[in-house]
Amino acid sequence: MATVDTFSEGRQVRRIRDESPSATTGKGTPPPRAAAEKGTRAASRPRTFSRAGSAGAWLPYLLPVTLVVLWQLGSSTGIISDRIMPSPVAVLAAFWERLLSGELARDVGVSGARAVSGLVIGGSIGFLLGIANGVSKLSEQLTDTTLQMLRTIPHLAMIPLVILWFGIGEEAKLFLTSLGVLFPIYLNTYHGVRNVDRDLVEMGRIYGMSSWSLFRKVIFPGALPSIFVGLRYALGIMWLTLIVSESIAANSGIGYMANTAREFMMTDVVVLALVIYALLGKLADVIARTLERRALAWNAAYQG
Amino acid sequence: MPIGPYQSPLAFVSDGELERHYAEPQPVPHEAEGPQPAGLRLRGIEKRFGDNHVLKGIDLEVPVGQFVAIVGKSGCGKSTLLRLLVGLDEPTAGEISFLGDDGTAVEPNARIVFQEPRLLPWFSVADNVAVGLGGGVPKETGRREAKRALAAVQLAEKAGDWPSKLSGGQRQRVALARALVSRPGLLALDEPLGALDALTRIGMQELVSQVWRELGFTAVLVTHDVSEAVFLADRVIVLDEGRISLDLDIPQGGERRHGDPVLAEIEGRLLDRILGRG
Repeated sequence: MATVDTFSEGRQVRRIRDESPSATTGKGTPPPRAAAEKGTRAASRPRTFSRAGSAGAWLPYLLPVTLVVLWQLGSSTGIISDRIMPSPVAVLAAFWERLLSGELARDVGVSGARAVSGLVIGGSIGFLLGIANGVSKLSEQLTDTTLQMLRTIPHLAMIPLVILWFGIGEEAKLFLTSLGVLFPIYLNTYHGVRNVDRDLVEMGRIYGMSSWSLFRKVIFPGALPSIFVGLRYALGIMWLTLIVSESIAANSGIGYMANTAREFMMTDVVVLALVIYALLGKLADVIARTLERRALAWNAAYQG
Repeated sequence: MPIGPYQSPLAFVSDGELERHYAEPQPVPHEAEGPQPAGLRLRGIEKRFGDNHVLKGIDLEVPVGQFVAIVGKSGCGKSTLLRLLVGLDEPTAGEISFLGDDGTAVEPNARIVFQEPRLLPWFSVADNVAVGLGGGVPKETGRREAKRALAAVQLAEKAGDWPSKLSGGQRQRVALARALVSRPGLLALDEPLGALDALTRIGMQELVSQVWRELGFTAVLVTHDVSEAVFLADRVIVLDEGRISLDLDIPQGGERRHGDPVLAEIEGRLLDRILGRG
């Protein structure tokens, strides 16, 4: 008896596994309880895993999408006044209109060019100073104290002076952005070089590396993780400086677009400008992260 | 030792193994004038760090191709002595010369293996080994020599990996390959196996011993492990407070085995001497 029972139970389980769970609730004699439980568990387990897997991909976007939906609902029902906050649809409409007229591409292009040139100029200066001061005691003694003092001045506090020097032209924005990104890149490059493993440097010397190949093979790669931290920090400061300097004095760019819109009470364009800044900031960060993952593939912390 | 046409220092690695990677191994021009094994002569070596008198007059001759182990308590100056040999430090007084087979001075091409592997984490295993060849070597040649050296330490299949993927013993083998790839005349080993677990260490000792017998360089090993010294070396030197207190030849007897009673007896005598027990 007992053997027969076990045997039939086993067949039940197999049958349930092969068929979809809904089929087991259909006609025919209901399977023994234990078998039914086993069967459903076996059938549902893989699906639970696949759901968890796909959840990972869209989870980061859950919050922003929900907020936009709530925002749209608030605007449509009149809870949020149009004068305070335009609806997402209105922002989208403003986007479309500006995109078609070509103004948007021009403004984004101008702002992007300012950001990149500021980053290149300020970043290069900061990088070179960081390397020089990290490697050479003399250079460090000559410039580090000065740089540390300048660093403590909020660079945006120099806006009045910068306007007096350069007027409201491109030079003023370039100067401010360069100044803003210089210090985080300088500090992190310097810190990175100083913290390169001394044992590795000694090893390089023993194996007869020239100064240049010591720099290229040991010091620079060793400082790279820290340099990337500086770069990502600098990207944040870069956008911040640009927004401020474009709002104060400009005749093109995203900041200019937002400021002009404010004068005409076009809240949709103002919000559009904010959204574009957010997207550009995210884009810059994604690029930096990708570079980081490529360059630091050797480092277990950056793998995957 | 006459210098003939270039022979790879690691010629005992069969070319068949390499041909999986390279169709036709070619002679390497850059090392045609390769260095030869160098013996050592130390005369009255002293070293002070400020008030600290670390080495107090060391006289030592090491013939070409000998394997010498220097043992002693912590702080007896053994690592300092090794750093002087490879030129990482200058002696306060005294003279170090490197002599070839015929007694004339030679360039030693000294290499050192430390307790930590000191691999560049951003270079692949093969590129780390190629660092040992120094500058001015064509990339292709460097890769091939690196593969050969890696095969000699039984790590050929790891050539493309990051060092972070290797175990501690494997990393130390890579460091050994890096030191060997340029055919050193003198290999200094500064507690190279000190950080490894007991079983890995025994495997590594056998590897070091095999490589030394194949390549014929002069080896100076600093260690606090007396049994390691006795297993590997032809000659054990005990250093005590900056002076040589014992200089003992280990009888040669074919292949050595761990647990050999003759070696165990010598080990016991050395330990007594180091610890001051009669």
